[in-house]
Amino acid sequence: MADVTVDARNLQCPMPVLKISQAMKDLSPGQSVELVATDRGALSDIPAWASDMGYSLKEQFERDGEFHFVVEKS
Amino acid sequence: MADETGADRGGAGADKMVIIAASGDLDKAWPVLILATTGAAYGMEVTVFFTFWGLLVLKKPGVGITGSDWRQKMLSVMAKGTPDHLPLSRLNFAGMGPWMMKGLADDKNVASIQELLGLARDMGVKLWPCQMTMDLMGLTEDDLIDGLDEPAGAGSAISLMKEASIELFI
Repeated sequence: MADVTVDARNLQCPMPVLKISQAMKDLSPGQSVELVATDRGALSDIPAWASDMGYSLKEQFERDGEFHFVVEKS
Repeated sequence: MADETGADRGGAGADKMVIIAASGDLDKAWPVLILATTGAAYGMEVTVFFTFWGLLVLKKPGVGITGSDWRQKMLSVMAKGTPDHLPLSRLNFAGMGPWMMKGLADDKNVASIQELLGLARDMGVKLWPCQMTMDLMGLTEDDLIDGLDEPAGAGSAISLMKEASIELFI
């Protein structure tokens, strides 16, 4: 289970990336955020952002038309 | 500033991004602010330099006729500006185009120019008004929205761009 959940459902680009980056800044290394989004752009944007930031994308799945991303701060 | 944006890579070594925002059109102000806030989310130190018509994006809502010269006053009526009254570069149709576009953006939950300006400031994006354009148009700091950085010129923009890894002219 992630330490924090961020709800970015129904929000468009660039909000999912902005929201997860804001949540991430309050976390310590080893903690993780679960982002829930409906923006299809997040499917490429979140993995790209996490990889560029040096964070690890622990999990990514789709449930009921919503995209979930679990990103761990390293 | 970069360490306030959510990144671990702040400090002197942070990547820099500079955007020259030279357009007062809604369809240009949107990508400027979307890219600026996303750059900040990537831990970059982001500066947006608002020049010529781009300065109208920073004009405070409710500010009426500005300037002292009759030409400045006329231009301030012809190109009103303010974040909530930007025209479209194409299909403006005397405001019908932006009205439809903003209605759609609202329905689809696309962040507005005002929201993105607020987020940009919260995320530490530096918003620089161009001093020369302010003088040209007769705009003072009181005519512009709050939370901006000190007005600057081309030299400051070039100095920053020399160090930046992303520079955009929009």
